[in-house]
Amino acid sequence: MDNLLSLVTFFPMIGAGVMLVFLRGEDEMAVRNAKWIALGVTLVTFLASLAILGQFDPANTDFQMVEEHSWIAGLTYKVGVDGISVLFVMLTTLLMPIVIGASWNVDKRVKEYMIAFLLLESLMIGVFVALDLMLFYVFFEAGLIPMFLIIGIWGGKDRVYASFKFFLYTLFGSVLMLIAMIAMWYDAGTTDIPTLMDHTFSSDTFTILGVSIVGGAQTLMFLAFFASFAVKMPMWPVHTWLPDAHVQAPTAGSIILAAILLKMGGYGLLRFSLPMFPVASFQMQDFIFALSVIAIIYTSLVALVQEDMKKLVAYSSIAHMGFVTMGIFTFNKQGLDGAIFQMISHGFISGALFLGVGVIYDRMHTREISAYGGLAVRMPTYALFFMFFTMANVGLPGTSGFVGEFLTLTGVFQANTWVAAGATTGVILSAAYALWLYRRVAFGDLIKQSLQGIKDVTTRERVLFAPLILGTLVLGIYPGFVLDLIGPSVDALISNFNDATAGLMDAAPALASH
Amino acid sequence: MIGNYANMIGSDVNAILPELVLVGFAMAVLMWGVFAKREIGAQALWLVVALFIGVGAWIAIAGRGTDEAFGGMFINDAFGRFAKVTMLWSGAAVLGLSKPYLERAKLLKFEFPVLIALAMVGMMMMVSAGNMMALYMGLELQSLALYVIAAFNRDSLRSSEAGLKYFVLGAISSGILLYGMSLVYGYTGALGFASITDVIKAEGLPLGALFGLVFIVSGMAFKVSAAPFHMWTPDVYEGSPTPVTALFATAPKVAAAAMIARILFDAFGGAISDWQQILAFLALLSMYVGAIAAIGQTNLKRLMAYSSIGHMGFAIMGLAAGSEAGVQNMLIYLVVYVTTNIGVFAFILNMEKDGRPVTDISALNLYSRVAPGRALALLVLMFSLAGIPPLVGFFAKLYVLQAAFDAGLAWLAVAAVIASVISAFYYLRIIYIMYFGEETEALDGKIPMLHMGLLAASAAAMVFGIINTFGLEGFALTAARALLG
Repeated sequence: MDNLLSLVTFFPMIGAGVMLVFLRGEDEMAVRNAKWIALGVTLVTFLASLAILGQFDPANTDFQMVEEHSWIAGLTYKVGVDGISVLFVMLTTLLMPIVIGASWNVDKRVKEYMIAFLLLESLMIGVFVALDLMLFYVFFEAGLIPMFLIIGIWGGKDRVYASFKFFLYTLFGSVLMLIAMIAMWYDAGTTDIPTLMDHTFSSDTFTILGVSIVGGAQTLMFLAFFASFAVKMPMWPVHTWLPDAHVQAPTAGSIILAAILLKMGGYGLLRFSLPMFPVASFQMQDFIFALSVIAIIYTSLVALVQEDMKKLVAYSSIAHMGFVTMGIFTFNKQGLDGAIFQMISHGFISGALFLGVGVIYDRMHTREISAYGGLAVRMPTYALFFMFFTMANVGLPGTSGFVGEFLTLTGVFQANTWVAAGATTGVILSAAYALWLYRRVAFGDLIKQSLQGIKDVTTRERVLFAPLILGTLVLGIYPGFVLDLIGPSVDALISNFNDATAGLMDAAPALASH
Repeated sequence: MIGNYANMIGSDVNAILPELVLVGFAMAVLMWGVFAKREIGAQALWLVVALFIGVGAWIAIAGRGTDEAFGGMFINDAFGRFAKVTMLWSGAAVLGLSKPYLERAKLLKFEFPVLIALAMVGMMMMVSAGNMMALYMGLELQSLALYVIAAFNRDSLRSSEAGLKYFVLGAISSGILLYGMSLVYGYTGALGFASITDVIKAEGLPLGALFGLVFIVSGMAFKVSAAPFHMWTPDVYEGSPTPVTALFATAPKVAAAAMIARILFDAFGGAISDWQQILAFLALLSMYVGAIAAIGQTNLKRLMAYSSIGHMGFAIMGLAAGSEAGVQNMLIYLVVYVTTNIGVFAFILNMEKDGRPVTDISALNLYSRVAPGRALALLVLMFSLAGIPPLVGFFAKLYVLQAAFDAGLAWLAVAAVIASVISAFYYLRIIYIMYFGEETEALDGKIPMLHMGLLAASAAAMVFGIINTFGLEGFALTAARALLG
């Protein structure tokens, strides 16, 4: 099929539209229909995305399955995938049925809930397949609307504050990117992403109000894009919206947020910052390294003292995203491979951790760590699952978490030894907070009265965990599934980057990788 | 000789025929209303609605090319026609929407549609004027009619206050405008736009005329409620009967913005660099005043007033670009803004509790439970006003931002997007109250079909418009070419 990508992108949206128009009432029947329709739509989307994977040729570094139509304002509707984006599309479509399954117990406005998630799925896939600058922006920003509603309507106690903070933080980051996009459009005369990747934006130093800007237009555009992606990732110090959003969001919202939405920032850096502003990226390397290391160490320490489980996992996410940014800005094969791998792996692991928190929250309606203890006694299977993902989060060899961290650390070691040393501390700290959390929740005697009647995971929950466990293990044992897919695209990215920054390498030998 | 003369008059009259039809019709309705034995408000209202739709369609279909009538006093071109069709159709929509409200408030008198028809003639004159005097006549005809309908609910203190405030401040602004015009006349010796252009082309803009230009722009900024000449807007919006507020938020805004474009490009097109900075400043200030002052508002009508100030800032930014793309994008922006506002006011006009109109934002608490469909439509409109993609409101902003950027006003574009983030806050607040607010006494659930239809159509336009903006881009381009060409 010629328009497979569009089909996969918009199928969930069509499903949402059908639900909006045809599903009436709030009775039990309507609620059940809403759930099953949503599950069916996400499953079909997943199967259709397998067809994308089947048609995809990893050896070809060009964009594939491209569709192009002219659109308003001189823009084009253009979609296509390369090795990097196809992976994120797969991650999204695979996680969505799990997310819907995790929402089975939602009892408030179920129809609207499912519509919001289906819309969100379309918009997320759209972000990864868009090959037009403005189309990307539209998808990127539009995702805020359903997420704002998901946090605001189905969230916890302080959901209003969290939803506003989430929305305004990300919006502020994004509008600066919008200005940079208009500037690029003006400069290159097109919004076509593949063309822009070959376009060289000026990097001549110029002066604004007496301040000379090294790297010129590239630096300004880089910073504008970075403002958006850094908020989305999120990077220290603009990460503060994430813990609030996570804590207040319903379980499924947290999974989406951690597993997919955060990846948009990393994906953006790979798709825009590195290929389009190589000189600026090169000059910003130290700056990003510094922010990443601070993020890794600082947020790990913060995670250590959290009393709310979701907050702890949220801070852990920020630390892991620190590895991603660090890996991306090594500009070498291991670093980039590792960063992408880490994003996929973190998608599985953090998704599973939030799901795990959700499982006990559904039973006890609290996320306080101190409210639990000795769960292993009453919930052996749950304790096993949770143990597995705690270990994967720490980076135990054999799980996908290890591969990602190891590759990024190898990459960064070649670029800057001190940064590697700092980041490795983070690995130790992550073991500390994750294991300590596990001890407090699962081990010890079951002394709390309230926990006496708690039930182990249900079949539904087992089914939800299964693909995540499988994915984490398979990628941990045979990383080639991911690395072979992204390999040629990453190679092409690096060689283009090196061509663009060849002159700078000699000028700044201290930064060059060996 | 006589034949030639008659021919000339014939072509003049031909160019102004839609306006003549409107005037004649308004007079006829007035007579009918005076001599009829009973109150004919409803019939008159529907007649005027039908007339607006019909004349709009007539202009849209039959209008071709550019005609100058009465020695250049009146210009009938694609730009004017674009503005007229927008004003007529939005006027028809607002007038149709206002009937139930007027009926309930016992304000459904035949003078109301007649005054609006006369205001419409004034607006049509404004956007087609080719001469300072013609422009001023149109402006005053519009303003006087609007002063009266602002105070239409004469038993209400607020409404009378609104009318009086509007009148006093409007008169001052007209004075400023006239003073500017007289300065321009004094230094260029011309009142016709074409002659002014010739003078500027020949000897540059005389300093005195530049002063005149500043006064003219200030006077017009008042009409379009751009900061720092916006002070009347919140009070008048709040005090006027809601249908009048809805009208203020739509057609007169288009007329005033189009009038500014007309005078700046037709008369002062040779001195773009002289007025570009003034407009950029007005745009900047309006966007921020609109964004920041709206945050604290608790009354929906006041909030919409500040929202309109902010939106006018964006529209003026397009104009400040001083280019064909700028005018095109300003026109697109205005149409999108007006379409959204019709939807929003179709909603506000039906906010009622126990038979009394309410305009407090807090009355919307958890409205999504009471009427999920209407809440969803309003949600779409609010996100569109905030300029969040993928709704059409975003593209409207994108167009003007792009025009400003291309014109070298990058700083203004950056300031504008920051203002749009600030303004997103209060649009979000409305959504927040509707969707995750607290339980309070709900609004009454009834809404007439017409209101529901327009609300839904407006929201649907914001969603489906992104496919091809319903061809708006092309029409606006033709209009902009006509103005600059």
